[in-house]
Order: sequence, then structure tokens, then C-alpha cells
Amino acid sequence: MTAIQIIFYIFSSAAILSALLVVASNNPVRGALSLVLTFFAMSGIWLLLHAEFLALILVLVYVGAVMTLFLFVVMMLRVNVVSLREGFVRYLPFAALLALMIIGLMIIVVGPKQFGLTSMPVPIAEAADYNNLADLGRVLYTHYAYPFEIAAVLLLTAIVAAISLTHRKPYRRKTQDISKQIAVKRGDRVKLIPMPSAKKINLTGKPSGAGQP
Amino acid sequence: METHLLSIAVAIALLPLTGALIAGLVGKQIGRSATHWVTIILIGSAFLLSCYLFADMVLLGHPPEEGVIYNWVTTGAFKFDVAILLDRLSATMLFIVSFISFMVHIYTVGYMAEDPGYTRFFSYVSLFTFSMLILVLANNFLLLFFGWEGVGLVSYLLIGFWFKRESAVAGGLKAFIVNRVGDVGFVLAIAAVLTYFHSLDYQTVFSHVTSILGKTLPLLPGTSVSVITVICVLFFIGAMAKSAQIPLHVWLPESMEGPTPISALIHAATMVTAGIYMVARLSPLFEYSPAALSLVLMLGATTCLWMGFLAVVQQDIKRVIAYSTISQLGYMAVALGASAYDVAIFHLMTHAFFKALLFLAAGSVIIALHHEQDMRKMGGLASYMPITYLTFVIGALALAAVPPFAGFYSKDAIIEAVHLSTTPGAHYAYWCVLVGAFVTPLYIFRALFLTFHGKKRYESTVYESPWVVLVPLLALALPSLIAGGILIGPMLFATPRLLGASIFVLPQHDVLTALARDYHGAKLMALNATQTLPFWLALAGIVTAWLFNLGCPQWADSLKKRLSWLYKIMLANYGFDDFNQLVLVRGSRRIGEFFYKVSDLIMIDGVFVNGSGRLIRLFARRGRQIQTGYLYHYALIMLLGLTVFLGWFVLRV
Amino acid sequence: MISLADFLIVAAILFGIGLAGIIINRKNIIVLLMSIELMLLAVNTNFIAFSYFLGNNIGQVFVFFILTVAAAEAAIGLAIMVVLFRKSGTIEVDKLDLLKG
Repeated sequence: MTAIQIIFYIFSSAAILSALLVVASNNPVRGALSLVLTFFAMSGIWLLLHAEFLALILVLVYVGAVMTLFLFVVMMLRVNVVSLREGFVRYLPFAALLALMIIGLMIIVVGPKQFGLTSMPVPIAEAADYNNLADLGRVLYTHYAYPFEIAAVLLLTAIVAAISLTHRKPYRRKTQDISKQIAVKRGDRVKLIPMPSAKKINLTGKPSGAGQP
Repeated sequence: METHLLSIAVAIALLPLTGALIAGLVGKQIGRSATHWVTIILIGSAFLLSCYLFADMVLLGHPPEEGVIYNWVTTGAFKFDVAILLDRLSATMLFIVSFISFMVHIYTVGYMAEDPGYTRFFSYVSLFTFSMLILVLANNFLLLFFGWEGVGLVSYLLIGFWFKRESAVAGGLKAFIVNRVGDVGFVLAIAAVLTYFHSLDYQTVFSHVTSILGKTLPLLPGTSVSVITVICVLFFIGAMAKSAQIPLHVWLPESMEGPTPISALIHAATMVTAGIYMVARLSPLFEYSPAALSLVLMLGATTCLWMGFLAVVQQDIKRVIAYSTISQLGYMAVALGASAYDVAIFHLMTHAFFKALLFLAAGSVIIALHHEQDMRKMGGLASYMPITYLTFVIGALALAAVPPFAGFYSKDAIIEAVHLSTTPGAHYAYWCVLVGAFVTPLYIFRALFLTFHGKKRYESTVYESPWVVLVPLLALALPSLIAGGILIGPMLFATPRLLGASIFVLPQHDVLTALARDYHGAKLMALNATQTLPFWLALAGIVTAWLFNLGCPQWADSLKKRLSWLYKIMLANYGFDDFNQLVLVRGSRRIGEFFYKVSDLIMIDGVFVNGSGRLIRLFARRGRQIQTGYLYHYALIMLLGLTVFLGWFVLRV
Repeated sequence: MISLADFLIVAAILFGIGLAGIIINRKNIIVLLMSIELMLLAVNTNFIAFSYFLGNNIGQVFVFFILTVAAAEAAIGLAIMVVLFRKSGTIEVDKLDLLKG
């Protein structure tokens, strides 16, 4: 057993176990944290695959930004933990079976027969000064500049979308709306009500004369 | 149009059409007087032109002409034209039709003077004349059918002329429907002709008759009937309806609901003779089918006798003459069946004159008595309406076949022709027409005596009808007197006969040539009448009528009481109407109701229309429960589908 | 040595777990979103494994973009969830059946 194999098995079992925890966990916070662990494990596996840049990006961006976002939202929503328990196991066997079948089928497709060491040998290691980042950059900004720009626009769109979705109108906030103030008419503010002048009431009972104060 | 004769023929047909259009479309605007002047002038011109044609073609022997007016339809192998055949037969019919129509037009001015639908009536009568003329002039079956249907339609319009009367509407409908039944046979016959001869032209069909003589049709599986017999029988079914032979005669008594002028025109002289004309025209076909000739003969004989009996018991003066018409049509059919086509046409012509005369005279009586038609409320009119009386007597004598009136020659010729005929059933027919020779004078003189003689049985004062009414009567009385004697020689016994090549008779059926051996001239025929049986039968009929109605009327009453069961049967028209009502009318109603309730309401509406809707709703109601709204259900189904698909894809390899 | 198949099997298992998470989860939308992230992670692993074994770094470029899109999608998904929680007061998937037929 070479070191690489040991590392591979440890990291992959960690990933799989924490993935199971994500799905099966009761507490969403626990689930999110398990997902973080999965990402870390997979990052290690990506390192084994000589994708250093992406492995680090996975941790930095994905875990650091996206999962943080997840945790923010999870903690922001006051979730009723108790009710999360029930109704979990009704068709769990069936779904589990189905998932196992899918996994089995996929393994058949991508199994050792087609992609084993005989058909796909381990490639030659690169030179010692191989720079994965530079390699990627060389390709990214020349051949794939166009998708790169589109990805940027995509992110912009996502920002705009996310903000506009959750933006709330000012609530119980007293600000001035200048245009409304200027557009006010006299009729909105002042209303004249004609009323007849009141008759004088004589408390002694004698009829009042005209013009008496 | 090649020759001027054909143009004249077309003009003869189109003049009444013009009159009909003018009277129908602008009649109300131009007023009654202008309407009747226009139509009468047009039909009068048509009559004069037809006289000219008759003289040229028949008397002077101009050869027959055919001409296409325009090409109607060309489909594939078939070509149908509006085309005219002008020969001796059609010239004769043109003359008859236009003459009677002209007389009726003049008569209508007097008869319908107070009617609000005056202009409409003239339009219809002219339209009828046009249809009848087209029927007579046609040179192919399709145009014949056009005229056939046209006269049927206008007959319906005219019978139901007083449409506010329910009986008139019913009468019109009955006439049209019964005619339609005959038309089924007619159309089938046309289809058969088209199938076997591939053309509907008369000349083409007639020249190829011998080529289909051997062919047969399996009408019922196992039997085989000669094609020519099938065609002739089907044509005769059409003629049965039009010419009121048993059992399709039931419409003619009800058609008396229409005004009297049209009873004279349509149901005495022209439309009902269309069937007779058609059989005569198709003589080349009928000659080759002895079965059809036999059928015509026997049906005609039955009609002639049994309908004659019915005429004896009628109370309405028009019904007497209507049943008389049916009976005389039976005579013509008998003549056709005996292969004596010329005699049939001869009788058609004389009958047209005296029957129209009788109808118009009856109409004169009716308007004098303010539209009273029941003979029990007439009597003693002879002194008040002398001219009407005189013309009625002339018509009655002609009908009763008393020499030297026209009817004597034609009816006697029929009786003799049947006597000599060898067609199966001729013996029965001879017996029938002989008894008919007794019954005919019986009923017509009964009508005469009841109407014009005896005591007055009404209250109002009666004046003679105006001259407008009397002139046609006199004009028709003249031919009733002399036409028979003048025309019998050239028409029946000359060689070649007057109708010449229009009629075709096989030598073994040629009774007229056999009769000609005994013919020595009209005058001698009249003088020797006392030696023939029909003459004495006619006299006996007249005497019996006088006895039972004027001499000892109590005999009539006691006879009615003794034979009341027979009387009831005869009043009910031998049960033909009841049978039709019970079986055919109610039967069709029941069938219609059944189809409506079961197949329409239950099957089509319930099962197919509503049922399919309900089925879809059922499926939709079950189906929409799949949409639970839960995302994880959708995902599960998607996963399931994906698994199945992937599994099948992967594992089959 | 570890063959390509091993990496792919790991990715397949992660994918299956993510899928199961979507289906069996009934009480929490957040778990749904996290399962989606798991599936994306598995796909990314696939890409990188192939990129390594085929010696072509186009797979890594693609993962780059997938990460971008996944991040954007997670953000928007969470925003929608926040608004949903504001409106209905619950994040239980059970209660979201407005599309019921």
C-alpha cells in the first residue's frame, strides 16, 4: 500500500461519511458543517489528482464563501428543530434502494473494466517546475477568454438577482418623497366646508333679538 | 341551333318561362291586368308557334330534328347536354300542352278574379307549362327528368296554392311525396340505362337496345331477370306515380284541393299524361320486354275499372272528375300495354280536350255557387247556366264514348286493340275496359244529373259565368266534338301513321295494322257503332244514371243501405289511404323515433360524444393526482425513470 | 496505484448520496440545496480525474466555470429560500405543494 493509496482511502471515506451525514442530519447547522468537511476531503483528493489550484480554490471560495453563506442563512432562519425529525423514514428504504441502484449502474458504466489501469494508465508525472496555476492561466485567458467574461457577467447577474430578490421596501421609515410633495394640490390639503352661522341660543328662554351679541 | 324549327321549339319552351319570371318577380308591381295580359300573350304566341310546328312536322311530314342548346355536363366518358328532339310525337304533345295551357290561362282571369295570389298563380301556371314543354322536348333522359321534377314541383306549389288551408298543404305534400316514390324508380331506371348503354341520349339508347337483349340481372340471389325488363319496369314505376296508376294513385283525389284551373291543366291534360308520354316515347325499349308490357296492361286495366267504381260514389264534383281521370289514365295504360302506342297518344289527346273541358265547366259551376263543390247542394242549374250546361254535356258525351264525339273513337280503338292483343293479361284487360265502358257514362252522367237537373238544393241566385270563363269552355268543346273523327284515320290507320317513326312496334305486337283491316273510315265507324258492344254499354250507363238519380232516386238510397259495407269500402278508397297512413307513415315515424332515441341520443350522444368527454375527464381526474406539488416526489420519479433507462441501456449490452 | 476507475467510483457514490438527499429529504430545503452542492462536487471530481488521466487541462478549466456557476446558483437559491421563508414562515418541503394538481 503506497502512501498515495492510504491517503486516497482515508480522504474518500471521510468524504463519503460526511456526505451521508449531510443528508441524514437533523440539524441544518450540523449538515452544513458536514458539507464543509466533505469539501475539505474532496479538496485533498483533488490534490492527489494534481489539480492544486482548484483544490485550493475549492476550500477558499467554496467553503469560504458559499458554505459561509449557507451557514448565515441557516442561522438566520429560526428553524423549528423538533419538527424536522418526523416523517423521515416512510419511503427511505425505497429511495435508498433506488439511489443504490443508480450508483451501481454508474459504477458499471465507469467501472474498472473501461477505466482500469490497463486501459487508462497513470500518466507520467510532470516536470518538477510544473505550475498548475500558470498552466490554467495560459489557457484560461487566451482560448477561453470568452467563457471567462461570460462567467463574470453571470456572477454579476447573480448578485443583482440575489439582492433584488431579497430587498425589502423601506418599512416604517419616514423619509421625504420630494416629487410627491411638490405635486400636492390645494385640494388635497385644504377643504372648505360651508356651514350656516349658528343661531344664538337664549338660555333664559326669551326669544333672541337680531344683532344681539 | 341549326334550323329555324329548332329555334321555334326553344322559343315555345322559353316564352312561358319568361311569363313566369315576369309574373313572379314583378307581378305585384305591374298589377293584375298587366300580368295576365303579358302571360296570356306569351302563352298564346307559344300556342301559335306550336300550331305552326304541328302543321309542319306532323301534317306536312318534316323529318325529325335534334339539336344541342348547350353542353350541360362533361365528366369523363359521359356528356349530358340540354338538347331538343323535335319529332312528330313531341310536336303533337307541344300542341296539346300549349293549347290547354292557353285555355287555362284565359280561364284563370275569370276564376281567380277575387284571389289575392292572382299574379303568383299566373307565374306558377306559366312555370308549369315551361317544365312540361321541356319534358316533351327533351332528347335525353336527364332533361326528361328535369322536366319531370319541374312539373312535380309546380304541381305541389299549385295544389297548396291556398296555403292557409291545412287540407291544401297536406294535399300538396301527399302529391309530392307519392311522386317522389315513383321518382325513385325513375332514377334507378336512369342509372340502369347509364350503366348498360353508357349514354342517356334517346337515339343512342334506342339504336343499341338489341345489343343488351340477352343480359340478365340477379335481382335476388339465384334469380335472374332480363335487364330490359328491369329498366322498363323501373321506368313504369315512375310513370305509375306521375300518371296515377294503382297503387301510386292516392295523391290525385287530394290534389283537388288546388284551384280548378290547375286541376284542368295539370291533373287532367298534362302532368298526369307525362307518364303515358314517357312510355310511348320509350316504345323501342318496352317492345322488347313482354313482362313489362304485361305489367302495364294489367295495372292499367285494374286502375281503369276499380277507380271507375269509386267515381260513382263521390259527392264532390271535382272528385268525380278526378277519379274519372285516373280511370281514363288506366285506359291509356291499357293501350300502351297492348302495344298500341298511337292509340294511347290519341286517347291522351282527346282526353286532354274533354277532361279539361269537364274540369273547367265544373269550375264554372263552382264559382257560380260561390265555391261550393258538394253536388248534394247543387241541382237544376241547367236553366241558369245554359252555356256551361251545354259544354258539360258535350264533355260528358265525349267521355262516355258516344259517337260521333271524340272519346268514342279513341276509347273504341283501345277496346278493339286490347281485344286483338296477345300480351299476357289481355283477356282480363279486355273485360276490364268493357265494364269500364259501362261505368264511365254511369258516373259522369250521375254528376251531370245531380248538378244540372232535378230540384234546386241551394239558396243563392246563380248567374252564368263571365265570358272570360265561357270562351275556353267553347274553345275546348269544339275539339271534343270533332277531333276524334278527323284524327283517327291519319293517326291510327294510315300508313305511315301520324306519329311515324316516333313509335316503334315489333311486328308480332302490331295490333293496329290488324285493326286497320277492319277500318273503313270514321263516318262508317260511327254509323256502325250500334253493332258494337261498347256503344250499348254506354247507353246502358247513361240510362242507369238517369234512373238512379232522376227517375227513381229511392232506388239509390235503398241500394246504398243494402250494400252499406261495400259503400263504406269504396268511400275509404279501398283502404289505400289507410294502409299508407298506418304502415308507411306510422312505420317511418316509428323507425325515425327509434333511430333518434337509440342510435342518436344513446349511442352517438351518450357513448361517443359525451362518453369520450367523460372518459377523458375520468383519466384526467386520476392522472392529475400524480401532480402532488412536492419537489421530492418529482425528483423521485425522475430518478426512477433515469434508473430504468440507464439500466436498460447498460444491461442490454 | 489508483486507477481512474477508483476516482470515478468515489464520485459516483457522492453523486448517489446527493441524489438520495434530494429525494428522502422532506423537512428542510437547506438540505436540498446542500445535496445539489454534493452532486456538483461529484461532477467536478469526475472532470478533474479525467483531466489528469487524459493529460488535458481542459477539464480543470471546465471545473473552474462549474464552480462559478454553482456559487451563483447557490446564492440565488438561498435568496429565494429567504424570501420563501419570509412569505410562508416555514422551510419545510412538505408544506410547499402549491403546484398540486
